[in-house]
Amino acid sequence: MATRRIVTGLRGALAAWATPLRQHGLRGGMVCSQCQKRWSSVSQRPGSDRVNFPGAVNSLFTTGLEFKRATEDDAMPTYRYLDQEGTVVDKAHSVDLSNEQILKIYRDMVTVSIMDLIMFDAQRQGKISFYMVSAGEEGIAVGSSSALSHNDPVFAQYREHGVYIHRGTSISEFINQCFSTTHDLGKGRNMPVHYGSAKQHVHTVSSTLATQLPQASGAAYALKLANLANPTDEQRVVACYFGEGAASEGDFHAALNIAATRSCPVLFICRNNGYAISTPTLDQYRGDGIASRGVGYGIDTVRVDGNDVFAMRRATLEARALALSGGGRPVLIEAMSYRVSHHSTSDDSFAYRAKVEVEDWKRRDNPITRLRKYMEAREMWDEEKEKTLRSDLRQEVLKAYRAAEKEKKPALSGVITDVYKEMTEEQMEQLRRVKRLVETYPEEYDLSEFDGGMDSVDEVLNGKYQGPSSAKVS
Amino acid sequence: MVGSRLARPAAQLLRSSPSALPRSSFQRVSAPAVSRWRTYASGSKEMTVRDALNEAMAEEMEKNSKVFVLGEEVAQYNGAYKVTKGLLDRFGEKRVIDSPITESGFAGLTVGAALAGLHPICEFMTFNFAMQAIDQIINSAAKTHYMSGGIQPCNITFRGPNGFASGVAAQHSQDYTAWYGSIPGLKVVAPYSSEDAKGLLKAAIRDPNPVVVLENELLYGLQFEMSEEAQSDEFVIPFGKAKIERPGKDITMVTLSRCVGQCLVAAEQLKSKYGVEAEVINLRSIKPMDVEAIVKSVKKTGLMMAVESGFPSFGVGAELIALTCEYAFDYLDAPPIRVTGAEVPTPYAQKLEEMAFPSEQLIVDYAAKLLKV
Ligand SMILES: Cc1ncc(C[n+]2csc(CCOP(=O)(O)OP(=O)(O)O)c2C)c(N)n1
Ligand SMILES: [Mg+2]
Repeated sequence: MATRRIVTGLRGALAAWATPLRQHGLRGGMVCSQCQKRWSSVSQRPGSDRVNFPGAVNSLFTTGLEFKRATEDDAMPTYRYLDQEGTVVDKAHSVDLSNEQILKIYRDMVTVSIMDLIMFDAQRQGKISFYMVSAGEEGIAVGSSSALSHNDPVFAQYREHGVYIHRGTSISEFINQCFSTTHDLGKGRNMPVHYGSAKQHVHTVSSTLATQLPQASGAAYALKLANLANPTDEQRVVACYFGEGAASEGDFHAALNIAATRSCPVLFICRNNGYAISTPTLDQYRGDGIASRGVGYGIDTVRVDGNDVFAMRRATLEARALALSGGGRPVLIEAMSYRVSHHSTSDDSFAYRAKVEVEDWKRRDNPITRLRKYMEAREMWDEEKEKTLRSDLRQEVLKAYRAAEKEKKPALSGVITDVYKEMTEEQMEQLRRVKRLVETYPEEYDLSEFDGGMDSVDEVLNGKYQGPSSAKVS
Repeated sequence: MVGSRLARPAAQLLRSSPSALPRSSFQRVSAPAVSRWRTYASGSKEMTVRDALNEAMAEEMEKNSKVFVLGEEVAQYNGAYKVTKGLLDRFGEKRVIDSPITESGFAGLTVGAALAGLHPICEFMTFNFAMQAIDQIINSAAKTHYMSGGIQPCNITFRGPNGFASGVAAQHSQDYTAWYGSIPGLKVVAPYSSEDAKGLLKAAIRDPNPVVVLENELLYGLQFEMSEEAQSDEFVIPFGKAKIERPGKDITMVTLSRCVGQCLVAAEQLKSKYGVEAEVINLRSIKPMDVEAIVKSVKKTGLMMAVESGFPSFGVGAELIALTCEYAFDYLDAPPIRVTGAEVPTPYAQKLEEMAFPSEQLIVDYAAKLLKV
């Protein structure tokens, strides 16, 4: 192993000696994207004007000792397609969507915002234990989601309801998760908003911040291999969402570094909304946002106006294509926005930021109103349609809400399933006891709330339990 | 409300309007029942566990300029659970510091500060998130003194809520006592009452070694008596000394943290129902452990049960029973038993969650079985 490495190193060095032109040609990128290998050398070339050590190629020697620091002046620019008035500013590109598709995007964003209002109130009324809204950030989720393939796996943080809704998760599926009903795909084992769906290719949200990032790199590595093995199948990427606060975790750095070194097709989509609970970005990091870190890790990076749904879409489309080029590579999108609401139902953000700050943002800029202005200018939309849409969606959400409220709880057997593939003797005994107890004291136990009453327990007792659904997939 | 605690702080906000809350973390907690039958000596006063912890930090920071607090949301937000309330105003931003969200990062930073001679208090929003930092705690904080040949002490206090809260699901609801208790080089304490909280935290801050203070969110809001002695700024509780919370002659209950309150209620019920006297030992300190107190009690009662809220396998209960068998086997009249959390990822559903941890009734039932009453 070690010998081989030295030999390859030598060969690399010889190649560099022999073909200075080729080396020169690489100067822009420094890394050959095909072979993804640096030119390495065992020794510094005498008289060279640049460093040629393995750890830093093509760095010019200088006699000026200068410490570099990003200043506000060289902050990475923010890509915009629409301005705050909904006017197209990137005139070189046209929107690649039919009116119908644009309307769907609009509808999805409004759906999320209405659902959020109602579910936030539901928590306040004690109907659910917890909720997190994505107010102000609907554009990031819906815009990026519109550019992904439905089959691209998604790793979300928790404020990306727009991704699920745009992918086809119904309002009712989402609300059922929050209410932990029998239709909750997680069988009532998670907090509200911790959504996941195999059908929608959405990994279940994890409470522990940033853990999804290295996992996304790993999933992308799996996709890279699958893409290579099956070049005629749809080529997929992983989309991984996270907040600027989560990006302070070591996991973020590990994820970017390994995705870059292993060339994994993953889109890191950072929602930079200015806050992590009470912590403002100034206390979270210094330097030019999250984007500058992507550049540092050798990752193609772009900063986008997250309140501009078309900009999000275009950036994600291009990023996706880039991520699939040359055998795969990671791309980082930093989407700038503002967290309009409290962090969660457990937070009162006016304890750490002024109400006027929030009101100001709400008034000044919002992804939904921006798109609305765009559509109105093209006579695709008007006050009347707006009213109808909002009232229709409100009805739809309330309908799903009322239905979920009345839904049964997950089947009783769920208390014990999904731990072992086959029931253990102890579990069977416990279930037998549950059954005996419930049947002996029917007045004490109301099983009508649970899906199928005692049926699910009987099924397991009769040996019909087939193991967790994962066991059936592969 | 309570369900949210985790993915968020501001538990305070919720507590101000309990009627709106679907769950109350306090309804199942037993301490108030305990104070009912206690008469207070003059000069004592009531204080919440939260305030006691706060007072401990404030006093030690006042006394020693090397002490500082670092963690997520500890300064401006007064702590996710408001334990550091007022400290920023009082001691300024050099000594009460908000960290970016990076547990391994700020734990490492505090370890480094301790190695450089400061006395940091490292607050974890919960010990669930300390798993991100566990290498710093175990491989660096706990071992450096030993591995440096005894020249490099690490005076650091790791603290925060441990154990299950209420309605925050499996990833937010775990008890790490056994994890830290198994590490040579760490001291580990688990306060129950306000006196415990103040005395143990102050001792932890003063101790030249790394100490892990495992608090409990469900205890923060509970009021306990603070004796006149405990109100003094010189009050510390020595490590390795358990407290007999209730003397008894018929059965020994060895327990810690929130389970102490539950055992006290259970003991009261055992007395009224069966006329038996349970002795309740509040361990206070997990490592070092007061084996002597257990042995002494078992000599008297002949029966021992361990009550704790961790997972059953390889847990605190297992350790307590092993120690009892090693040191007091000849005094046992029956095999010792343990009441622990259930062997499942903590359920989110409220009723299941309740069933996943020891309840007062469960403790009574198991004690009665052991007592054959
Ligand atoms: C490892 C870990 N540490 C701390 C927390 C507590 N916590 C939950 S959300 C949050 C803030 C995250 O902020 P950001 O990543 O910016 O996302 P945003 O809420 O702004 O969308 C914190 C500190 C956690 N869930 N996990
Ligand atoms: Mg944020």
